Amino acid sequence: MSEKRRLLLFLAGAVGLAAIYTAGILNMPAWGTYRGPYGDVIAGLVVFQRHATDVVNAITYDYRGFDTLGEEFILFSAVTGVTLLLRPESEEKKKKFEEGENPASFQDRAALSETVQVFTTAMFGFSVLFGIYIGTHGQLTPGGGFQGGLIVAAAPMLLYVAENTEAFERIISHPIADFLESVGASAYALIGVGALALGLPFLTNMLPLGTTGDIFSSGTIALISACVGLEVAAAFMGLTYEYLREILSRSRNEED
Amino acid sequence: MLADFPYYIAAWIFLCGLYGIVRSRHLVHTVICLTILQSSTYVLLLAIGFRAGGYAPVFAGISPGVVTVDPVVQSLMLTDIVVETTVVALLLAMVVKAFEKGGTTSPDDLRFMRG
Repeated sequence: MSEKRRLLLFLAGAVGLAAIYTAGILNMPAWGTYRGPYGDVIAGLVVFQRHATDVVNAITYDYRGFDTLGEEFILFSAVTGVTLLLRPESEEKKKKFEEGENPASFQDRAALSETVQVFTTAMFGFSVLFGIYIGTHGQLTPGGGFQGGLIVAAAPMLLYVAENTEAFERIISHPIADFLESVGASAYALIGVGALALGLPFLTNMLPLGTTGDIFSSGTIALISACVGLEVAAAFMGLTYEYLREILSRSRNEED
Repeated sequence: MLADFPYYIAAWIFLCGLYGIVRSRHLVHTVICLTILQSSTYVLLLAIGFRAGGYAPVFAGISPGVVTVDPVVQSLMLTDIVVETTVVALLLAMVVKAFEKGGTTSPDDLRFMRG
């Protein structure tokens, strides 16, 4: 299809969508006058029922925990998919990658200022700590496993900025990441099965709820959030590694 | 009509993303446009759950029983973000493969891919 015809088709679709959408919006309650009952019911109950103060996380990891389990496995299978898609296809290429030295492309560049190197490296520990803090306080304040896990996974990239490629590669390619990813994903499912073993419905919050506002409160919400954090951190490190390996093997092949 | 502004912004972001995909000449650009298109759903979800004068649904510091915005749609938005990330990761891997097999990153030159 030519560029012009494609654009015309888009314009026709856009005008149609705009018309139908506007008609829909005009028949909706005005913005800011929310009338749905579920949000109000849950917001009024969470603190008493689950001893958690962050309602969003209580919903994510408890009230609709079954959905989040599926969501976690979407992430898990996506990482598997990316790993499969980006695998080195020929044995020769794979060998070349494994035998490769640090690629020249990283060393060729003008030296980074020492200030940047020192500070990005120093921020590494801080980022990991901050990620763990966000990940373990999800039941109290905004945060939780997904957010905390991502911050932890992003921390090694600071080393990449500092051009410490070797340390970066060593951290994100560590075999323990794969292991932790599986542990995080399966622990979530096992917590659900644990409730079944006690004769309760799947994923029932069966742990002691603790004092509201405590870090060890809200029963399984905090625990599941931690498991999700573990899986997300490991999964995103795995994703970064797959893409990095792709870049590195390309630059190594070009050298030959 | 002006009071419903956020709803129209959601549609505008959606159309911007779609326009970018239609006019795209590079597959990475196509994927980024898809993320823009999808971010319209965040605006729409949050706009639906918004309530004038409502507090954030976090009861650390405010007493239970205070009127808040809808936490359910915020939780759904979290799912939305995770799904978007995984979709982008998979699509970018496919872009790498398309470049390897076809030697091109232009959506127009993908005609060698026939079902």
